[in-house]
Amino acid sequence: MSTIDPIDIFRIEAGELLEQVEQGLLDLEQRLDDREQIDAVFRGLHTLKGSGAMFGFDALAAFTHHCETAFDHVRKGHVPATLELVAAVLAARDHMRALVEHPNGDYARQEVALLDQLHAAIDIGARQISPPAQTETVAPLEDAGAPARHWRIRFALPPNSLLNGVNPLTFLDDLRELGACEIQVDASAVPPLDQLDPTALHLRWTVFLEADVCRSEIEDVFLFVMDDMTLEIDDMRGPASAEPPSATDAPPALVTPTEATTPEAKSATEANGVRARRAVESVRVPADRLDELMDRVGELVIAQSRLSQIAAAVANEELRAVSEEIENLSSELRATMMVLRMVPVGTLFERFRRLARDLQHETGKQIELVTEGESTEMDKTVIERLADPLVHIVRNSADHGLETPDERVAAGKPEVGRITLAARQSGGEVIISVSDDGRGINCERVRAKAEANGLVAPGQVLSEKEALQMIFQPGFSTAAQVTNLSGRGVGMDVVKKTIESLRGAIDVESWPGEGAEIALRIPLTLAIIDGLLVRVGAGRYVIPLAAVEECLELAPEQEARSRGRSLLSLRGSLVPFLRLREIFQTGSPPDPHQKVVVISTGAERVGLVVDQIIGDHQTVIKSMSKLHEDVETFSGATILGDGGVALILDIVNLVAAGQDQEARLRAIA
Amino acid sequence: MTTAVRTSAQWSETGEIDALTFDVSGETFALDASIVREILDLLPETIVPGARPFVGALVNFRGRIIPLADMRFAFGMARTEPTIDSRIIVVEIEFAGAPCLVGLRADKVNEVRTLARDASEPPPRVGMTWRAELVDCLIKHGDAVIIFPDLQALFDASRGKPDAEIIRYPKT
Repeated sequence: MSTIDPIDIFRIEAGELLEQVEQGLLDLEQRLDDREQIDAVFRGLHTLKGSGAMFGFDALAAFTHHCETAFDHVRKGHVPATLELVAAVLAARDHMRALVEHPNGDYARQEVALLDQLHAAIDIGARQISPPAQTETVAPLEDAGAPARHWRIRFALPPNSLLNGVNPLTFLDDLRELGACEIQVDASAVPPLDQLDPTALHLRWTVFLEADVCRSEIEDVFLFVMDDMTLEIDDMRGPASAEPPSATDAPPALVTPTEATTPEAKSATEANGVRARRAVESVRVPADRLDELMDRVGELVIAQSRLSQIAAAVANEELRAVSEEIENLSSELRATMMVLRMVPVGTLFERFRRLARDLQHETGKQIELVTEGESTEMDKTVIERLADPLVHIVRNSADHGLETPDERVAAGKPEVGRITLAARQSGGEVIISVSDDGRGINCERVRAKAEANGLVAPGQVLSEKEALQMIFQPGFSTAAQVTNLSGRGVGMDVVKKTIESLRGAIDVESWPGEGAEIALRIPLTLAIIDGLLVRVGAGRYVIPLAAVEECLELAPEQEARSRGRSLLSLRGSLVPFLRLREIFQTGSPPDPHQKVVVISTGAERVGLVVDQIIGDHQTVIKSMSKLHEDVETFSGATILGDGGVALILDIVNLVAAGQDQEARLRAIA
Repeated sequence: MTTAVRTSAQWSETGEIDALTFDVSGETFALDASIVREILDLLPETIVPGARPFVGALVNFRGRIIPLADMRFAFGMARTEPTIDSRIIVVEIEFAGAPCLVGLRADKVNEVRTLARDASEPPPRVGMTWRAELVDCLIKHGDAVIIFPDLQALFDASRGKPDAEIIRYPKT
């Protein structure tokens, strides 16, 4: 196993920290006096600076330091958080991201500009605060202005804190700086020498502090470790009953550790740790290891189906019992595996808050971004690939869909335009929709534009649905001119391609004057699909079940009649069909009773003539080798229960290939 | 798998190479032994309709689906019936910038031999029915001539162009 480069780990962590800082800043923008967010942003910046310096990202550490200092001022109440400051730090955050990704770039000029903006923002804030109308102090009311108070502080750090570079003595020093301290150490959790792990921290401390400080000042000492530690701060003046009941109330004296007390103390510490909001434990795993595991599980499913075939053939009760047990286990394993790859789409939606904010500035329109169904889960790789298309759709909504505030007021709508990002699960699909309450998509204009670009013939009859799909054609744009927003990077045709590569589909709906909705329908996962296994000649093929509408037998008279035209009549409507035997050139005689699988490509229905329909098949998709990338009729392959390989049909490309072949045949004839 | 994938003759400092030799349609070929991953008995093949004949089939190599290449299509040689000696040689080549496993069909796998550079000659411009760029060199070994194909060129040349340009179909 290759080890992971610590620099990469830092990059991942820095990415998360930056995301956290961004979210904090965006929340702060809504509520400028939210202390929790100020602390969160400060903590994020501080950690980023620290670990950046540790991993040799000196430029990042130096730059982050300025922002951290700014937020330290805010935190201490020297300057208030202002919109200007949030904007400056948001801009700085983007620069930090660049520093994380390309630490060796030349950013001198950029940094000067960003720092100027930052300092200007602080100055504005400082001026606001300069009259002695000091904003409310940090201290909660109960602590206001009491002289020399007595505090009892009990704290325990997680056992691995020494490894993480935390030095408990610094906390004691900091507490001593606040006032007179009496410090007791509780060593009851220290195991006997032969079991002692010298790198683990077993000590706990109780500090009696006599000082004129408030609770939050004491908490500040532990600011950076608070999430993982247990901390109890009691005001000793208060009634005894105010003390929280605690299971860990071991006497703070030196107790000789015994076999009996050790596990107890340990479990108590753990219990306490759990209480200190360790709600969800998570492990970070590189995605390719998950993919590897997914592959193995896929192979296990295949091997297992072979086993059950053999078990069915051999009359052995014991073997059959074991085989059934393995079948259950492997299907459970597969279900668990699928869940492992799932992440809530909320992680994706979060990024759009920033986008909406920027769009608001760029367009001058007022935009409210509403997200729904954040907890809907999807395959992680799918989510990553959806990010760019969604950005483009949201940009389009803001740019083309939403009207300016004046227009909106004139149309009797609220001034603030609303873009809704919603996700929900429906069967085996997740539907992610972007809707706005803007002017809607103008069908007439779309049509006119399509005609002008030669995408449709003038006078060709188009349903509203078909017309709306035109926006996904390459080279199509209704915007009279390319603004800063659209026309940057991907176009709608690329959006469509991406969605199709995920085996998804796009629905567009428009209500003139009321808004529009673009819905992406994406299959839950890419790794396993439900398929229909068919045989054509000697080869076996999988047709994605989602595309299958029905199966029927090709009546001999239709077979005979269809020399000139390959059409079959299905409940009154004519459906063209393709003989897979001909497309695949099997060169073997057809089975006497040919079957037709009617599939829908979204736009049209096509019948596929096959020799035999074998049945439905849980298909573990394996991608085709690079050497076969040019074969577009297949999207992948799968291994069957008997160890054979079946190819998975790419319906859209297959139908296109069939049309090409027919065209060639016509040309020859 | 971290070593560079070598698909043409890489002579050592002493001017030698360890090569796996195998027969296809009466000719003897050689491959750098270091790219050979495994030698298998024949496996059930799945034809890929529409693929180039040179890589016209797939096999299930212990849960991995790999293409099966047939040198006869590239060198325009006659088709032979599989025998008890027929094998699939699994090699790792580099294709489109990524390592890629491919099976090569062989009528018979001989042995790993040390071949000397002194005995090698560049492919002649005339007197050979095969396209010269597909052959790295010819090596005299006793009375026989061993063909050292340039696998990289074989796989690259057959990529994305109409079949007729590159590949001679065997005369059946």
